[in-house]
Amino acid sequence: MLDLNIVIAGAAGEGIQTIGDVLTRSILELGYSVFTWTEYESRIRGGKSSYRIRVSEKMSNAPRHDADLLLVLNEQAREHYAGLLNKTGVTLAETGEDLQTVAVPFRSIAVEQCKSKLYANLVAAGALCMILQIEFSVLKQVLTRRFAAKGEEVVRLNLVAARAGYAAVQSVPHTQQLALETRDRAYSFLSAHAVIPLAAAYAGCRFITAYPMSPATGIITAFARDEELGVFVEQAEDEIAAINMAIGASYAGARAMIATSGGGFALMVEGVSLAGMTETPLVILIGQRPGPATGLPTRTAQEDLLFAIHAGHGEFPKAVLAPSDPQDAFAKTVRAFQLAAKYQIPVILLTDQYLADSYFSYDKFESENQPLTAHIADPQAISDYKRYRLTADGVSPRLYPGQSKHLVCADSDEHDEGGHITEDLAHMRPAMVQKRLTKRKQLQQAIALPAEIHLLDAETVLIGWGSTRGAIEEAVSQLRAKGTAMGAIHFTEIWPLPDYVFAGDKQYISVEGNATGQLSYLLAAEYGIHFSGTVRRSDGLPITADYIKKEIDDRV
Amino acid sequence: MIEFNDYKSEIENQWCPGCPNFGILTALKRALVSLGKEPHQVCLVSGIGQAAKLPHYLRCNLFNGLHGRAIPAAIGIHVANPTLTTIVTTGEGDCYGEGGNHFLHALRRNPDITVIVHNNEIYALTKGQGSPTTPRGEKTRLQFTGVEAAQAQMLSTAIIYECAFVARGFAGNMNHLSELFVSAIAHRGLSLVEVIQPCIIYGTRLVSWYRERVELLPADYDRRDRTAALETALAQGNRIPIGVLYEGPPRPLFAERYRKRMGEQPLAELPLIRQKTIAARLAPWNRNQ
Ligand SMILES: Cc1ncc(C[n+]2csc(CCOP(=O)(O)OP(=O)(O)O)c2C)c(N)n1
Repeated sequence: MLDLNIVIAGAAGEGIQTIGDVLTRSILELGYSVFTWTEYESRIRGGKSSYRIRVSEKMSNAPRHDADLLLVLNEQAREHYAGLLNKTGVTLAETGEDLQTVAVPFRSIAVEQCKSKLYANLVAAGALCMILQIEFSVLKQVLTRRFAAKGEEVVRLNLVAARAGYAAVQSVPHTQQLALETRDRAYSFLSAHAVIPLAAAYAGCRFITAYPMSPATGIITAFARDEELGVFVEQAEDEIAAINMAIGASYAGARAMIATSGGGFALMVEGVSLAGMTETPLVILIGQRPGPATGLPTRTAQEDLLFAIHAGHGEFPKAVLAPSDPQDAFAKTVRAFQLAAKYQIPVILLTDQYLADSYFSYDKFESENQPLTAHIADPQAISDYKRYRLTADGVSPRLYPGQSKHLVCADSDEHDEGGHITEDLAHMRPAMVQKRLTKRKQLQQAIALPAEIHLLDAETVLIGWGSTRGAIEEAVSQLRAKGTAMGAIHFTEIWPLPDYVFAGDKQYISVEGNATGQLSYLLAAEYGIHFSGTVRRSDGLPITADYIKKEIDDRV
Repeated sequence: MIEFNDYKSEIENQWCPGCPNFGILTALKRALVSLGKEPHQVCLVSGIGQAAKLPHYLRCNLFNGLHGRAIPAAIGIHVANPTLTTIVTTGEGDCYGEGGNHFLHALRRNPDITVIVHNNEIYALTKGQGSPTTPRGEKTRLQFTGVEAAQAQMLSTAIIYECAFVARGFAGNMNHLSELFVSAIAHRGLSLVEVIQPCIIYGTRLVSWYRERVELLPADYDRRDRTAALETALAQGNRIPIGVLYEGPPRPLFAERYRKRMGEQPLAELPLIRQKTIAARLAPWNRNQ
């Protein structure tokens, strides 16, 4: 079964993105499943960055670090990434004499053929296609489509460069191993942060405010670019304004969301509490990156789980969902809006840089979803309206101001049923505390149980959450293939934790993209389970199956 | 017909007896009545402070949010339902201190809301600390040896930031204040009314100190002259002019482009987006469907 990992490495500004995109598109055309992820530094030019393309005959949506084919665009990249190359791998570089290297002088070919070094990346893309034995016509079609908007001359020059690169590869070591053929398959190919805005629009989102911050900036940008979605977009002066604007809009009846990363969310926290107190629905996306403080702006982490769960002073219900992949991100985004509206609470969607920037392949991508309910009451059916009317399930009928003659009063102070400040400690305060607790109980019963992977006969169980699902599943299946009784439990609806029973006769190992084991801390506290081991990664790179296996081996 | 009593709230008022805030409350009710607004067409938005309690004392929709955050909440409300008359009632600590950044950027954005700042030159609810507008040198219950920072001049700041309606009123002159509110609410775009509201408990000066100095702008005052308005707003003499200091030509409104596209109805009443629209956007990625 073919499973090939291609690494394209170079500096920011050298056109890695174009090479990666063009090659990915070409390989998708052939009918392979493709999974890509990127890692890069927080700068505009220079440094070291890479684009990883995993090609397989069946859906393999998980990252690999090693390289079967490595393109290095400069010497610094060669030094930094050479260690990734597998024993039988091939390097494509400007120079090199050894048997494992294909040398193509990208820059001089570009200057010679196109009168500009700027086309060196296309020369490299052409050479990569030759090494992978992709017909030039496939590449030509992809390039023509990609550059069409820039005019005929640009298309022509790009084709000239790519063809020159293609022709420059004379012979390839280990050719067979790298040869791709045309297959009769086609996959959906999507990223989480590309589908989340669409899912939000589908769920009725009409209002987004944000202050730019990686890796969440793409969310608001997508709405701004696509005016036909009809979502109001505003770049706020800071994250505090962003959340308060969104809460105002939601109070006034609009489905609203905000998007940020951990540092921006830190500024928003007072607003989370405000949404809890005023019982205003709100969806908050946190694209995690490593902290503390500014941390590593362009890298990945799962460091903000406990922060998200505990965010906000005082006691109030909120939900925290952590999608595992783009398909799940679509469903969870719609669900976030639904939960927020139904229970009139803030709902947090936890993604991360890895999930934001990676593209996954699917046999079929599901964008139909659960039926949508507005959860806004009919003013005609109400005679004496009180925004915080005490009810059996803690949820009060919601109207918005201006909807009818009923007045809608929302208050951040402790309030009475009518939404006015109260200091009635004997009756009203306890009743409102109870109201919020009752909503929490209702919400908790709605939370989905974690996914169970080969759990029945498992003796050792990996437990993870969010974007590590692909790596965990892959590690489990590889270890099972070797005869280990391995299984996994994976959480995507994390807070409030559902009523779940952990079997007592298994060994549990937590797998998390942080240094302290935040989920394991939570599970130990809530369910009293004991962890016999941990796999933790906090260097800013995504967890892979190899990483999990190595960590387990090192310990056993 | 709307009457004064339609705005009467049953909520117990927590202000100190004799507080000039009562004058602002009455002036605002009168203004809303004379504009013919019904309570359900009005949304009062506030943060936290004595001033920010006003929405509870006037029967209409209200959003009493966090300290300093009235303006962003009001912007969200106004965008979500432009059919509402959205009015912020806030203290100068709430608006210029904790919420200063939002105030500046709201001036740039120019949403069609009215901002009424109760300026008592002190943090009253927290019992007497200096506020951004406490005059330099005044001793407070925290700045025991006198406030060292300069007094914030936010009316002039508003003029510089191209706010097209900038007024100063006096809580002790209810008729005049009510007229200011009427013009401010009728104005399209952000209108700012800063109201002198001496604090009778923690204020460093007596109400009479202000009363003696307040005077109406002269009849021949040209409120359209921006430079003169700035001079008037900055003037530090023994007189405190009240009235509309500046009224500029109409500026583009916040969310105008969006509203031209979507119409004026509340966002909650827009139809759900069709599955087809979503599917069309996913199509280029769905090579298999
Ligand atoms: C985040 C936050 N910080 C501080 C406070 C305490 N606080 C409440 S009102 C206020 C100052 C209010 O001053 P001002 O806006 O001038 O209103 P006033 O009470 O004088 O009418 C402060 C500091 C708070 N409620 N929230």
